[in-house]
Amino acid sequence: MSGGRELILARIRAAVTGAPDVEVTRAYRTTRDLPGAVELFAERVADYRAAVRVVAEEETAATITTALAGRGAVRVVVPAGLPPEWTPPEPVADDPPLSAAELDAVDGVITGCAVAIAETGTIVLDAGPGQGRRALTLVPDYHLCVVRADQIVADVPDAVGRLDPARPLTWISGPSATSDIELNRVEGVHGPRVLEVIVVR
Amino acid sequence: MSGNAAFLGMPAFPRNAAAAVQDSQLRFNLRKATRTIRGRRASVVAELPDWAELRAAGRQIKDHTLRNLDRYLLQLEEAVTAAGGHVHWAADAAEANRIVTGLVRATGETSVVKVKSMATQEIGLNEALGRAGVTAYETDLAELIVQLGDDWPSHILVPAIHRNRSEIREIFRAKMAAWGRPAPGELTDDPRALAEAARLHLRERFLSTKVAISGANFMIAETGTLVVLESEGNGRMCLTLPETLISVVGIEKLLPTWRDLEVFLQLLPRSSTGERMNPYTSTWTGAVEGQEFHLVLLDNGRTRVLADEVGRQALRCIRCSACLNVCPVYERAGGHAYGSVYPGPIGAILTPQLRGMASELDASLPYASSLCGACFDACPVAIDIPEVLVHLRGKVRHPRAERLGMRAAGWVFDRPARLAGAQRLAGRLRRFVPGRLPGPLAAWTDTRDLPDIPAESFRDWWNRTNGGTR
Repeated sequence: MSGGRELILARIRAAVTGAPDVEVTRAYRTTRDLPGAVELFAERVADYRAAVRVVAEEETAATITTALAGRGAVRVVVPAGLPPEWTPPEPVADDPPLSAAELDAVDGVITGCAVAIAETGTIVLDAGPGQGRRALTLVPDYHLCVVRADQIVADVPDAVGRLDPARPLTWISGPSATSDIELNRVEGVHGPRVLEVIVVR
Repeated sequence: MSGNAAFLGMPAFPRNAAAAVQDSQLRFNLRKATRTIRGRRASVVAELPDWAELRAAGRQIKDHTLRNLDRYLLQLEEAVTAAGGHVHWAADAAEANRIVTGLVRATGETSVVKVKSMATQEIGLNEALGRAGVTAYETDLAELIVQLGDDWPSHILVPAIHRNRSEIREIFRAKMAAWGRPAPGELTDDPRALAEAARLHLRERFLSTKVAISGANFMIAETGTLVVLESEGNGRMCLTLPETLISVVGIEKLLPTWRDLEVFLQLLPRSSTGERMNPYTSTWTGAVEGQEFHLVLLDNGRTRVLADEVGRQALRCIRCSACLNVCPVYERAGGHAYGSVYPGPIGAILTPQLRGMASELDASLPYASSLCGACFDACPVAIDIPEVLVHLRGKVRHPRAERLGMRAAGWVFDRPARLAGAQRLAGRLRRFVPGRLPGPLAAWTDTRDLPDIPAESFRDWWNRTNGGTR
């Protein structure tokens, strides 16, 4: 590629010659079972000022309808592969792909997720079925995410172990926020200003 | 005005700090902000019973990576290339700027959006792009405040920490129109309103700009994955929407395996913004979703740091800024006094190693500390900053008066008889010793009180009174 490559590699080799190697000890908590993971997840998501509803399987469709109505969201983007029972009556499909301007004009987006983390209140999307490409959950101002209880893991190490790095991943912990003004947290900057989560037991 | 060029020719730290501590508004802003973040960090760190073990693993993973950096960089290059990305190597700032400028020119675009990146500030990329006729738009809120205010960053995480809400409102009202959509007419200084103004100002730019430039928090050698942690969603906008993405990343940002992220995704958010997790983390491997992806690997002095047995631990740094937030010197002097994009305790050890200690400013940085050690305690990868500070102090060439004084002291302390003689002489002349020393020696007494000299030394008193019994 350039002379920089060989130069940098040579500098590194000269710099570390004779230095001892270091062994990595992983004495921290790794994979674990966490009773009450659903409750902890809901509590931690709510800490980020995102609305959370924990519902039974058969209440899911009605809860989605209520949530969308509460936001006045009619034109809602639906990624390919979203379960039909979660799909609102007038879905906006991303096929052919919507332009950024079109995404900016919809009322919101509804997705599933790949994994959720109880300890940190995090949802991870991997662009798989029911999630779609990354822009779908970025440009619309309202994101409704449905999480199944069996997708909730205890902590960060469990999530890292379940995810495929070859897929583009988006880890979401609450709505878009900033701490840039006097280090006070303010929700709502460039990403969706409203995040709502429905946890299906 | 960001970038190293802005800091060239700046006076040494003591003079910058002396001026900064006179600014009561600055001290108020810093005190308020660092107190807020210290409290938040302490509570989320205390939540994890295995923090010490995570910290140890973080240190070990980084040290192991640095020891085998050549091997892991080659592995990364192979993985990124296999996933459709292009890898470039830049030995210094000039080469990195040349590569990035060339890549932007090849797209035919004249504007780029940027995710907050320390590495691109370090190399002065915005200025280099400007000279090539390309406008770089900063999109992180604090970077936007710095760019609009024609200011310098003063904190690693929150570059505009020295500005309070009313100052930010004034900057937005005065400057936004020159850079794009003007600030709303009746803008208040409510942080919510200011964040909303930034959202409106940048919205159209995000949706239309074709080229983005980012840094990265981590690169995974095993998989070729890059990782960016952020809060606002400006990072996701830049990483997702443009057709071309160029990431400029220091070679020390590497981690060997995907699994290593399980450590750093716990250490970084809690140390940095004091949150259990930052709002958004994006990871991508090579060219995704039809995007063109270029990775520019940056040395720019890092291999020089790596060659120093004591100093190389500075390369573990994950740029969390916890050390700034706990530092009593930083809290009073602010970030600008350090004359570098890397301020605070980590800057005091990183800047002189990256740039060398030829300038008066860089030679003064290892002294910009009281060695209290709060930074070491707070550091999530256990960088012993005081140890490196002392090590670097040993390398600075000291002023002539100090060298002569130290040589004289060495001669006196070398023989007990000389010491006893000197003590007796000092005791006899003690009425003539001034409170402040004259000439170049004043540098010592400016910041220290001379101790009172006793009439008699302890040894003489002991011999005269037989240990106080006579």
